[in-house]
Amino acid sequence: MPNKIPRVPVREQDPQIRATNFEEVCLGYDRNEALLEASRCLNCKRPRCVEACPVHIDIPGFIHALITEGEASAASIISKDSSLPSVCGRVCPQETQCEGSCVLGIKGEPVAIGKLERYVGDWKIEQFVNTASASEDLEDSTPRNGKKVAIIGSGPAGLACASDLAKWGYEVKVFEALHQLGGVLVYGIPEFRLPKEKIVGPEIDAVKRLGVEFVNDVIVGRTTTIDHLLDEEGFDAVFVGSGAGLPRFMGIEGENLNGVFSANEFLTRVNLMHAYDDRYDTPVFNAKKVVVVGGGNVAMDAVRTAKRIGAESVIVYRRSEAELPARREEVHHAKEEGIEFRMLTNPVRVLGDDKGWVRGLECVEMELGEPDESGRRSPVEKPGSNFELECDAVIMALGTSPNPLIKSTTKGLDTTRRGCLVADDDGRTTRPRVFAGGDAVTGAATVILAMGAGRRAAHAIHESLKD
Amino acid sequence: MFKIVSKRFLSPAITEMKVLAPRVAESALPGQFVIVRTDEFGERIPLTICDYDREAGSVTIVTQTIGHSSAKINSLNEGDYFLDFAGPLGQPSDLVELINSDNVQRPTSNAPRVLFVAGGVGTAPVYPQAKWLHDHGITPDVVIGAKTADLFTYVDEMKKVANVYLCTDDGSAGFHGMVPALMEDLIVNQGKKYDRCVIIGPMIMMKFATIMAKKHNLPAVVSLNALMVDGTGMCGACRVTVGGETKFTCVEGPEFDGWLVDFDEAMRRQGMYRGNPKTDCTCLPK
Repeated sequence: MPNKIPRVPVREQDPQIRATNFEEVCLGYDRNEALLEASRCLNCKRPRCVEACPVHIDIPGFIHALITEGEASAASIISKDSSLPSVCGRVCPQETQCEGSCVLGIKGEPVAIGKLERYVGDWKIEQFVNTASASEDLEDSTPRNGKKVAIIGSGPAGLACASDLAKWGYEVKVFEALHQLGGVLVYGIPEFRLPKEKIVGPEIDAVKRLGVEFVNDVIVGRTTTIDHLLDEEGFDAVFVGSGAGLPRFMGIEGENLNGVFSANEFLTRVNLMHAYDDRYDTPVFNAKKVVVVGGGNVAMDAVRTAKRIGAESVIVYRRSEAELPARREEVHHAKEEGIEFRMLTNPVRVLGDDKGWVRGLECVEMELGEPDESGRRSPVEKPGSNFELECDAVIMALGTSPNPLIKSTTKGLDTTRRGCLVADDDGRTTRPRVFAGGDAVTGAATVILAMGAGRRAAHAIHESLKD
Repeated sequence: MFKIVSKRFLSPAITEMKVLAPRVAESALPGQFVIVRTDEFGERIPLTICDYDREAGSVTIVTQTIGHSSAKINSLNEGDYFLDFAGPLGQPSDLVELINSDNVQRPTSNAPRVLFVAGGVGTAPVYPQAKWLHDHGITPDVVIGAKTADLFTYVDEMKKVANVYLCTDDGSAGFHGMVPALMEDLIVNQGKKYDRCVIIGPMIMMKFATIMAKKHNLPAVVSLNALMVDGTGMCGACRVTVGGETKFTCVEGPEFDGWLVDFDEAMRRQGMYRGNPKTDCTCLPK
């Protein structure tokens, strides 16, 4: 009875130790653990997990193949639908997607689909690292079709779109604004959750091996424009995967005091610019006690990063723990690492000292009222419950608003009332030959949704450009 | 990689470099900036574009050594490379929009009378704007201030495109006094009429020059050099308060209405990492 086997626990770094380093928290399955966990899958006839996966990976298919035919076969099944298994296995919110709908989860623990995906993805990366030459399925051997596509942004949406198009013979050039490739995978998600050299680098190398060309330091909308790419540089189509945009602040008093940061700034300094490493020149504020405002994955990343650079770290969130939008595993890990959670608490102003530096955060207690449009119970202030939380840094992790740069420099590209690019399910924007997907269209979302959007746009581009 | 095609010292602590960056040169306009990185370990440093040559594909930057990263930049030599040179970033100066490029060499009677006010290393970024006006048939007035005569930069270049008025704190050259006093002298004693002024220099100088402009009801545009990380709007490190609202210098600036800028906050935020061992100028590149 395979379903009597309990979910195979995954090895992790000890919380006390990992809270002081940037190495990966989760160590993943070895072969035996993966095979044992794989054996728990019931191979359902109508698999609900596939339905719940934003890119509809054949989950029972790859798990079954792992047992019967091995890693290579499992990897090739995943690669039909996902170009970033090692990334998604680590950062997808599995509990609300595949694992959340696993039949085994009704009475017990769902199959650890994310951990298995990661195992297969990592195996594939190791193959390339160990055998310097590329294997047959990822070689730049596809005949070129003579058509050129420009991709704006090298994050998950752009990488997914680029790799599909390259496989179909397009000449693909990716323009990245920053000095590193990977978008949110390198500036946003911390090393301890997604290793850069071990995982992100090789995933990007795999896209390079398909013949995709990458150009750094090009800010489309400034260095060049979409019109220029289409009219002057001979691109037949453009895909915009430029990401989420500008960090939001609360608009409360004291937000521009020294010591108040957006989570984007804090994480970019530490992740992209390696501020925690003495060899790198970029500084990061040396706080003793950090309050992070927000409850999403970015808030968890920021608070755990603050802890690792030595600060006492607290999460302040206006709803209750049940409403935290972060992946459950991140919340769990954060608690293990000693992060304090102040739920039903909302900042009302940042308090400063006489030199203009943060000395605390005035908060008010909240209670949950009626559900709002999102279905979540909306928080209501408890009058007179104000109190002060002492801290010397405040990090706002409140999401982003769209960067207006591409819209404002491209004719005929409509945006929603909120400023996101208008695009249909297949990424077609209001301008012919211009496609878009990922956070630029949806607002801040997940890696897997961006990747899925990139792949659908690749199909739509292919459809529109083939003779 | 972006090659440094020429380098010269404007003063012992200030260099001018021409960097080969064809895409940036092609799109650059006065008032914009670039983000540069010297090496793998380097910070992303914003620098105002001081000139550009679309044909040669080069962009000119001027850097004053004030800390570790600017020292690293100034230690590079002709023939060396910047690892990254991204831009142009920020909004072009609104003078560019004000003067339709169709009007080349045909100044209209309602052409704006512009006074530029430059202090210290801010003289270099004033140059492309003054040159832009000159190329469009308008010769602006430019006030350049320095502590002492030895510290002037870009005066010869500027004289080719503008009427230049110098001042020094110690009286060793030009008007004896700081830039606000010279501004007042031009307006009150010399009867000059201006429609606007553009002030670029150290934050403290921009603050006091703006106060003087306001005193004479003269609209003032300032170019803020806030701290930045990415320079594309993603991080918000460069927040400034303008007219009571928070703005991102990198995407909404770097130029703002000086009358509305909270200079005291801007100066305080600029000093966020002062004293941090990583940013202090204690050593040359590791």
